[in-house]
Amino acid sequence: MEATAATLAPPPGDRRARTLKLAGWGLLGAVLAASWQGAEMRPFDLISYAGNMRVFAEGFFPPDFTNWRMFVEEMLVTLQIAVWGTVLAVVAAVPFGVLSAENVAPWWVCQPVRRLMDAFRAINEMVFAMLFVVAVGLGPFAGVLALFVHTTGVLAKLFSEAVEAVDPRPVEGIRATGAHPVQEVIFGVIPQVLPLWISYSLYRFESNVRSATVVGLVGAGGIGVVLWEDIRGFNYAETAAVMVVIVLTVTLLDLFSQRLRKLFT
Amino acid sequence: MTAIHVGNLSKTFGKPAGGGATRALDGVDLEIAKGEMVALIGASGSGKSTLIRHLSGLAVADRGVIDRSGEVRILGARMQCNGRLSPQVRRLRADVAVIFQQFNLVGRLSLLENVLLGGLGRIGFWRGSLGRFTRAERLAAMEALARVGMADYAMQRASTLSGGQQQRGAIARALVQGAPIILADEPIASLDPESARRVMECLAAINAEDGTTVVVSLHQVAYAKRFCPRAVALSGGRVVYDGPSLGLDTQTLCDLYGAQCRELLMDETLGDERDDPPTLRAVGPQAVSA
Repeated sequence: MEATAATLAPPPGDRRARTLKLAGWGLLGAVLAASWQGAEMRPFDLISYAGNMRVFAEGFFPPDFTNWRMFVEEMLVTLQIAVWGTVLAVVAAVPFGVLSAENVAPWWVCQPVRRLMDAFRAINEMVFAMLFVVAVGLGPFAGVLALFVHTTGVLAKLFSEAVEAVDPRPVEGIRATGAHPVQEVIFGVIPQVLPLWISYSLYRFESNVRSATVVGLVGAGGIGVVLWEDIRGFNYAETAAVMVVIVLTVTLLDLFSQRLRKLFT
Repeated sequence: MTAIHVGNLSKTFGKPAGGGATRALDGVDLEIAKGEMVALIGASGSGKSTLIRHLSGLAVADRGVIDRSGEVRILGARMQCNGRLSPQVRRLRADVAVIFQQFNLVGRLSLLENVLLGGLGRIGFWRGSLGRFTRAERLAAMEALARVGMADYAMQRASTLSGGQQQRGAIARALVQGAPIILADEPIASLDPESARRVMECLAAINAEDGTTVVVSLHQVAYAKRFCPRAVALSGGRVVYDGPSLGLDTQTLCDLYGAQCRELLMDETLGDERDDPPTLRAVGPQAVSA
């Protein structure tokens, strides 16, 4: 009887786990309540201004596709910005990614490179775009540079995480032949991480197409410029048409890129 | 002529002062002449792998209190001494081919590419890094594969091959490396008996035909007796026996290893034991540490 009672009593850890869970929910609630004020949440405005919003939304219909040739051309420029931004970033992220992997580079290389990549990543493409517009002038090239810098930061981190997960044994096998440390990376590490690297790069290309539509807003070329001009000119019918073009392109590209990524993993 | 010289080599893992330190190698002295085929015998944890990693310049020994302690010389050239690798360690590594328990091939490269990589230590940096191997090098790699009976698998990815096939591929890589010394770290521990026999035969053939010095660590004495004239037995990081492998009879092993000797005596039937075991050359820690 005593043994049964002992087995039936919940272990002391159970009570602690339940308390922790409750505390977790409480914390989440507290954060949401505290942020309400700062974010100036006014959900009732959605109802009280419903009339205005209806008028505003009506402005978008029917979408005006008169200048569709120009939209397609600018969308193409946007894609081209994304292509170059991504390719330059991939090229730069290979050395930066390898150098910020703890199992390859010594800490005094790895830590500074990581901090530099953190800085690249921390600053949004839009901010870089604004800076590069000042540096190299209005136009797509500023957009390419903005995507390049930000994406380098992102990919270098993803690449280095892949490198840190490699099997060290093949690398050691190559080291034992008297190979140069760079050759250990080329033949021992890169074949192991290549599928992941390709997958990450394609994924970043997808997100860069989306980002490239936005960097145009600050004058860095592409469809974003058209979008910004239309919004500023209260030309909502054309805005709607541009948005349709963007949604279609991004959807098609995502589907295509997903297919491609499946081939490599 | 000495191929490998080891002088007073010690290795401690963990903090040397703290309580959690383990002494993997404890004052190892060893001389191996050119052209020898030596078995490194010991139960798991006896320091075989650690010793091989030090001989191949993949690990660094403890710094000694007295000068010139912890020295490894390869063909007369200093690989490491007193806890420091030689500045020429890469050139020396090219002279010591290593065969690993887990083969250590690059799984996503073809077997031929893996074998070609054996030459990296000898060819120029740029040509090696770009993988621009010459036709002569490709022919040599195919020849090495043919020698271990793996030529038919040259274009197959290494990861698609069985363990025994991968290990023979690794031996082909060592052949392409053209090293006068081959160190094999438990090359047959993860193989089935048939593959193990073929791998050991490959190593013995290379030793006999090319005069390559071969040091092979094993935890089954039967293979040592069959393929290696000389055996060096390690226990607790110390050399406890150095002599003819046939001298390692059951009684000697049990004296050396106690209960652990069961692990070493597996597959005893393999060995064709003779009736008169030769006498021991040097036994006991006192002979070694002198």
